[in-house]
Amino acid sequence: MTSTTARPAKVQSTPRRQLPSLPRLALYVFCTLVLIYLVFPVLVVIPLSFSSAQYLTFPPPGFSLQWYRNFFERSDWISAAILSFWVACVVMVLATILGTLASLALVRGRFPGRGLVNTFIVSPLIVPAIIVAIGIYFFYARLGIVGQPIALITAHTALAVPFVVVNVTATLYGFDERLEFAAMNLGANRLQTFWHVTLPIIRPGVLAGALFAFITSWDELIVALFISGTGAVTLPRKMWDSIRFQIDPTIAAVSTLLIIITGSLFFSAEMLRRRSERLRTAVVVEEEG
Amino acid sequence: MAQSPATTPAPSDMRRSQAENARILARQRRAVQLRYIVLVLPIVLYLAFFYGYPVLAMLFRSINEPTWTLDHFAEIFRTSVYAHVLWITVQISLVVTVVTLLLAYPLAYLLSSVSSSKANLLMILVLVPFWTSILVRTYAWMVLLGRFGIINNFLIWIGIIDEPLRLLNTRLAVYIAMVQILMPFMVLPLYSVMRGIDRNLMRAAEGLGARPDQVFRRIFFPLSLPGIAAGCLLVFILSLGFFITPALVGGPKDVMISVLIEQQVNTLFNWPFASALAAVLLAGALLIFAVFNRILGVENIFGGTPS
Repeated sequence: MTSTTARPAKVQSTPRRQLPSLPRLALYVFCTLVLIYLVFPVLVVIPLSFSSAQYLTFPPPGFSLQWYRNFFERSDWISAAILSFWVACVVMVLATILGTLASLALVRGRFPGRGLVNTFIVSPLIVPAIIVAIGIYFFYARLGIVGQPIALITAHTALAVPFVVVNVTATLYGFDERLEFAAMNLGANRLQTFWHVTLPIIRPGVLAGALFAFITSWDELIVALFISGTGAVTLPRKMWDSIRFQIDPTIAAVSTLLIIITGSLFFSAEMLRRRSERLRTAVVVEEEG
Repeated sequence: MAQSPATTPAPSDMRRSQAENARILARQRRAVQLRYIVLVLPIVLYLAFFYGYPVLAMLFRSINEPTWTLDHFAEIFRTSVYAHVLWITVQISLVVTVVTLLLAYPLAYLLSSVSSSKANLLMILVLVPFWTSILVRTYAWMVLLGRFGIINNFLIWIGIIDEPLRLLNTRLAVYIAMVQILMPFMVLPLYSVMRGIDRNLMRAAEGLGARPDQVFRRIFFPLSLPGIAAGCLLVFILSLGFFITPALVGGPKDVMISVLIEQQVNTLFNWPFASALAAVLLAGALLIFAVFNRILGVENIFGGTPS
């Protein structure tokens, strides 16, 4: 009985795996088109940035680095990039510290209101950015700090913390707490245990969260649109103004630089995430086996 | 707990020590919980000050300026221009969500059915746009769709059209750009759900004589529904609040609610009215989130955390 029921399935499935059937072929073609649609617009900016023309035209008539020179020689672009960079660095440190501490409590703690606190902390991910932006703008206008870097730092940190919490809690769920008990049994205090045992193990999640926090601030436009003023113009804000008033290929050069920078950062974050996932599955397998 | 069985105390003694143990344990547990609260307190206070309070104060403005009033809300729904913006926002978000789903579903299906090394490779292609800032991607679409942009030039070159088409600053441009920008938010949850579907179920159905389309319709598709729901929720909520793309590639008639809010704040300085619009947007986003949360649970939306 078992052999007769098993046979038709085998006969059916083997040839299909070798020769792609018509629907399978259609699926391949469709997915290729979708992938081109996803990737092409990002890549098209890169050749444009090396154009020798004075306006946007494709294909570029010749090769030139003039738009990169334009970017690096103009102080308004460079100062915007520098401001964005150091603001993002401060945001990264603040958000990572605050977010990691909170994650420990959210995963381990069983205090009343934990669910509510969790929802509150990740809620900036759900609330539309424009709402946070104008709320902060009205508040900072009253405090009189619009147009100062501190306004950007505090606002961006609030937006970046959820990313740290999401990344670190994911790593902590796979963490074997017995390792901490062992360390404390051997005489380490809480802080030593955290520093020498917990942190090294959850490091991939913490680093991924830190990178996300950096990028959140580095790429952030909507809040900057309101609170940058004239004194704290970030790179995205500068690009926005430039795109609105004239589209010259300098934007293409800046975009290419951003694609490279952000791309490599995200790539590192993704690698770290994969690594922490591997660690997590390794722990599970070990426990089951 | 640590008492050895060798020195078994009298029953009454044992009861007392058990009660005492419980008290000590409870006190220890409270101390531990207190430590956790100390860890989470800084961020809660921080967010309350720099995020919760500003947003609430802003929302409060919509009903308290100049005095207690609901006029600002009445104005939104009474004035046809503003009501139309709400309608356009919902309409664009719906179209974008549906189109994104239709394009992302087959892609996620393919990703989930190939070997994981191939899937990781293809996933990089999905993540490249995800890595790139929305501003850069929107700029890329402006370059592509412009009057003398790449698409127009190409179409003229191959002889389909003689005159450049008006593509930029139209509703179509908003759809094309938003779908491309939001697609990763649909592919990722779909992929993670599809990856978890047990292929043996489909093989079993096949073995029992189901045709491939039946296997898909009655086994695979229903099992992928949580991914569809999570992806649609993310894309729809993000669409509702979208600002950069509609502001740059949309036409004068395609004003979405975020763009209107920005105008009211930065150009017209009508802060209470902007706050009322923000309240409507927030209510919409939270309502949709609550409905989905009811069906799915937050854990499933944010990528799943084992508990």
